[in-house]
Amino acid sequence: MDAFTTLNGLVVPIDRANVDTDAIIPKQFLKSVKRSGFGPNLFDEWRYLDVGEPDQDNSGRPVNSEFALNLPRFSGAQILIARDNFGCGSSREHAVWALHDYGIRVVIAPSFADIFYNNCFKNGVLPIALSADEVERIFKEIDANEGYQLQVDLAAQHVTLPSGEVILFEIDNFRKECLLQGLDEIGLSLQHADAVRDYEAKRKQEAPWLFAS
Amino acid sequence: MMLKSTLYDKLWNSHQVRETDEGASVLYIDRHLVHEVTSPQAFEGLRMAGRKPWRADSVLATPDHNVPTTDRSKGIEETVARIQVETLDSNCNEFGLTEYKMDDPRQGIVHVVGPESGATLPGMTVVCGDSHTSTHGALGALSFGIGTSEVEHVLATQCLIQKKSKNMLVEVNGRLRDGVSAKDMALAIIGKIGTAGGTGYAIEFGGEAVRALSIEGRMTLCNMTIEAGARAGMVAVDEKTIEYVRGRTYAPKGEQWEQAKVAWLELHSDDGAEFDRVVTIDGATIEPQVTWGTSPEMVLPVSGAVPRPEDEADGVKRGNIERALAYMGLEGGQAITTIKLNKVFIGSCTNSRIEDLRDAAAVINGRHVAASVNQALVVPGSGLVKRQAEAEGLDRIFIEAGFEWREPGCSMCLAMNADRLGDGEHCASTSNRNFEGRQGQGGRTHLVSPAMAAAAAIAGHFVDVTQEPKATKSEEV
Ligand code: SF4
Repeated sequence: MDAFTTLNGLVVPIDRANVDTDAIIPKQFLKSVKRSGFGPNLFDEWRYLDVGEPDQDNSGRPVNSEFALNLPRFSGAQILIARDNFGCGSSREHAVWALHDYGIRVVIAPSFADIFYNNCFKNGVLPIALSADEVERIFKEIDANEGYQLQVDLAAQHVTLPSGEVILFEIDNFRKECLLQGLDEIGLSLQHADAVRDYEAKRKQEAPWLFAS
Repeated sequence: MMLKSTLYDKLWNSHQVRETDEGASVLYIDRHLVHEVTSPQAFEGLRMAGRKPWRADSVLATPDHNVPTTDRSKGIEETVARIQVETLDSNCNEFGLTEYKMDDPRQGIVHVVGPESGATLPGMTVVCGDSHTSTHGALGALSFGIGTSEVEHVLATQCLIQKKSKNMLVEVNGRLRDGVSAKDMALAIIGKIGTAGGTGYAIEFGGEAVRALSIEGRMTLCNMTIEAGARAGMVAVDEKTIEYVRGRTYAPKGEQWEQAKVAWLELHSDDGAEFDRVVTIDGATIEPQVTWGTSPEMVLPVSGAVPRPEDEADGVKRGNIERALAYMGLEGGQAITTIKLNKVFIGSCTNSRIEDLRDAAAVINGRHVAASVNQALVVPGSGLVKRQAEAEGLDRIFIEAGFEWREPGCSMCLAMNADRLGDGEHCASTSNRNFEGRQGQGGRTHLVSPAMAAAAAIAGHFVDVTQEPKATKSEEV
């Protein structure tokens, strides 16, 4: 997994609550057996005016010129900001793969759906929950300032606004360490292998039916 | 002094292998259900790292999202979908995992197959790369959806590194009225707490109306926990749970059955156990529900009228209502019963079990699907449900009424196969998500119970099924 330490990036606003993973990457693209290549179809139904199909050349498709990702001023954005309950719905990790593939490394919202939040950390994407007021303020500042950038420092848990003002964010220690170092979580878990074997031996005594097959 | 525990505490504690230095838990997983869409990249990861499944016998796989629901004798026509299903087959063969393949009579939607086969048992931890894994909590299991990286993690280690959620109790007191089902209960709860109301919590459903539900009704309820923002929903074990599990393929037998029964009857919250949040609802006040918007929380009783944006003071909420009305092609103030339907879909892991099909069939009562409805589908949740329904003659009731009777799968719930809505079409659907484009680009989904969907198919618009001549209620036992 990619490590994440700091980022100074352009911010693209998606002014909606309950942005669901169906919207982030529509189902027809889930037929892929790969992890990459989803970026061109990120937010496909909002971004294009026609119906997207997998394995299609997206360069000639009619685009929705009002959608934020299509506005020249947000081109190259690495930070995405949205409203409450971002990433709700389906557990599809393809949503995070699509964001990452497009170039988004940080998502800011007042709240996230649990499974999406979890999936971010497995892919080097940092989800940051800020208060609704702070999010509202950033939305306003983006509106007023072309080229609006935020600075994110994971180790310090800081988001720095262009004004130099610093907002602190919360993150669980384990996830923070994994992300900072880009650790292989499966490898880490296998360090507990002996404890797992002991647990299994004990459970086979207590609840043998769980091991019948 | 004995600490009083919730059901969730008990399930969590009995599966915690150890705590990590960072205060998370290594949680042991008993059952891993697998389908074709969220697993290929996990198997690929396993192969690339040279790892093997930790416990192959904990896995049960079945293709469901991409399978055609029409004649399957010629296989899957669409190349990408076929490759994905074939990839699941070859991964299961390679790693020695049990799979109910597409032509197996036991194939079906993974959340129907798990409980039906006894692969899901009370007291288990159950995971699947699918958010509706919450369904299995109906049996007193701790079950939740995971992403593909976690699918790989469980395959390789039999564990997940997890933080415990908070405890929420949703208590539905009183009795449901005739014709009001578990689906209406689920939608009413989401309407009350919102789609993010359960975020960070594990929800236990309790109260008289929940205890009165059949196990299948409890599955419908737990299925939609994720639409309330919670990864896991559950109901305490009682005699109905035990009776449901008895005799199923993977259920314990003989002496182990006796032993298991004793253990399972402990799977309830202790009297006086503390919850971080308690929500109480009077079941007798719940009416049949219909969603009008593009989020499951945009829901109303069938007697209601679509909200007017101008009545909403909060600017962000007003914007959400305006956007939803525009997408759905509805007018603020319009009565729910005036919404006309182009399609009707009875199916999905929420409502495709035998009781759901019986509920829908009972409403038909010799009548025919309205001429204005251009397609009405019934898609059983599994091959075994289909066979049972046919044995009861339900297929003939549906077919004679003008419904199509299909092969099992996810179908129009998410429209990955050929079953989908056209642009602008309104659909009465027994599935669980009414997001924009969920059932086909531009499609307009209204979530309802099976009985409400059947009644709407016949009328061509929504009607209050509790006012229908032959409303039945199979959830009550
Ligand atoms: S029926 Fe629908 S919600 Fe259920 S698993 Fe299939 S696609 Fe997901």
